[in-house]
Amino acid sequence: MNTNYPALLVIAPLLAALICSLFSWSAKKLCYPTALLGLSISFFSAYKVLIQVLSTGTIQYRMAGWAPPMGIEYRIDLLNSFVLLLITGIALINLVASYQSIQQETKEKANAFYSIYLLFVTGLIGVTATGDLFNLYVLLEITSLTSYAQIAMGDKDRSPLASLNYVFIGVIGASFYLLGVGYIYIMTGSLNMLDVATLLPALHGSSAVLIAFIFCFLGIWIKMALFPLHIWLPNAYTYAPTAVSRVIAPLMTKVMVYVMIRLMVTVFGFEYIFEKLHLAEAVVWIATIAILAGAIMAIAQKDLKKMLTYIIVCEIGYMVGGAWLGNELGMTGAILHIINDALMTFALFLAVGNMVYKLKNVQYSNLQGLFGKMPWTMAGFVLAAFSIIGIPPTCGFFSKWYLILGAFDAGAYHFAIALIISSLLCAVLFFKVFEISFFNSGHDKIEMSEAPVSMLIPLGLVSILLIITGIYSDKIVNTIILPFLQ
Amino acid sequence: MSEFLPMIVAKYNYWLYIVLMMIGLYAMISKNNLIKKLVGMNIFQTSIILFYVSIGYKTNATIPIIENAHGGGHSAQELVIHAADYINPLPHVLMLTAIVVSVATFGVALALAVKIYQRYQTLEEDEIRMRLTEE
Repeated sequence: MNTNYPALLVIAPLLAALICSLFSWSAKKLCYPTALLGLSISFFSAYKVLIQVLSTGTIQYRMAGWAPPMGIEYRIDLLNSFVLLLITGIALINLVASYQSIQQETKEKANAFYSIYLLFVTGLIGVTATGDLFNLYVLLEITSLTSYAQIAMGDKDRSPLASLNYVFIGVIGASFYLLGVGYIYIMTGSLNMLDVATLLPALHGSSAVLIAFIFCFLGIWIKMALFPLHIWLPNAYTYAPTAVSRVIAPLMTKVMVYVMIRLMVTVFGFEYIFEKLHLAEAVVWIATIAILAGAIMAIAQKDLKKMLTYIIVCEIGYMVGGAWLGNELGMTGAILHIINDALMTFALFLAVGNMVYKLKNVQYSNLQGLFGKMPWTMAGFVLAAFSIIGIPPTCGFFSKWYLILGAFDAGAYHFAIALIISSLLCAVLFFKVFEISFFNSGHDKIEMSEAPVSMLIPLGLVSILLIITGIYSDKIVNTIILPFLQ
Repeated sequence: MSEFLPMIVAKYNYWLYIVLMMIGLYAMISKNNLIKKLVGMNIFQTSIILFYVSIGYKTNATIPIIENAHGGGHSAQELVIHAADYINPLPHVLMLTAIVVSVATFGVALALAVKIYQRYQTLEEDEIRMRLTEE
């Protein structure tokens, strides 16, 4: 039993999804408890796996007992065990926090929704845990397919079109990745990440490997919405139902950043990327432009939820740039920012979800007097906003600090300047929101109408987590990230 | 020109998949009707499936079933197995999964198209955009 946690991690939500879809015909009341149970088991397994990895090192789990490189292997090391805990934790908290809003927004389809939601989480966990390149593609497509369906359950007028545009671009991204894997297979005859990594150094001069590299990364950049490949993201995330944008916004893009770092560290290797190819400088420039463009486009928005989606575009620039700086500090910053950004975005979207639950739409003009109306939600929102801006001791400050140090170390001053400018722009953005919601121009008296307690407690929990991860970020860096990079 | 033609003929499978892929991409970018875009998307995915299928192929090789294979033997023991006599089955097996993925994507996309049609009574993208700006 002790050794089967990596399998349990994926199988629990998968089985729960199947059972859920059966229950949605016969015993509707059991759907929600099943989903909750599946994700709890998964979260518990992720915790156990993390403990095991910390004490005994990397876990290599052979699916059905087939030895790699023939069989599919789940390979869980320090980095992805932490990301797994993050995914299962956020998915579980969101399921609890969004119960009321799922009932309100999807109504009779709520039971079908749980089953798709579980499949989505299964896909994310699989993408993170797998050690096989093709397996990653399949799980990535499970994640994408379920996210298309979930997004289309949102706003009746806009969401199907937003989702269809996401389908077109998502398919191009996934197909590019698949094509890249094909070229890797032609050259090495293997699909196992470690096996490919041992075979690749002999082939570094080959142009087929270069093509494989370009296609893989282009595919992943499309999926993670790196500027200028981001056009699908804002509409898809804005018009999705609350419960969906709460989980997709923090996890989907962050998991794709994880995949990029995994390919860089484990498969292609730093030597190939930074010494043989001369792309790093160009990518850091693209990331710089992404940061500035994301922040500037966010300023132009009049809808809070849409503004936050542009902040995601901006944050993706941080992580891609940090990973491509080519030094330990930058990479540390990028990995730390995956964790922090997932938590910050989650907290922001939890708060916005509460507002949507009460106000129906979150246009700026609709936010007046919100501090009086929903003080607890706004407290969580302020904390998350501080973290995005990067005010210590919230966690956003520490990853930005590492990123800026890395940028100076690599001599990429333009990247450091972009980071600082975007932090200032974020401050402008959020203080604009605070100003609108603090003052009440209307004459009617404000009455408190706070979101239900089941939505407030998760928000409070995540907001406190923002500070805790901020205080312990030194520990995270020393026990997880630095040993992983060595 | 004298070098270019043999290059195409020798590696015709790669050229074919690139041509198909570009047809698909062209349709996805330039067509106005959503269903035409979907068909373009399917062509795009199929081109990659064909690429994978073609890389597993070898000239004068057969399917990798050991019994009754090349040489007329009737059991595995009688045969000396030459890897060169058999095509590589792995890319083909991978593509079974990829076909399932592409069918599922097509299904989801068609369902979305139905939803859009119910809402706007049209599948022409420019008309939908016009409606959206009017509202």
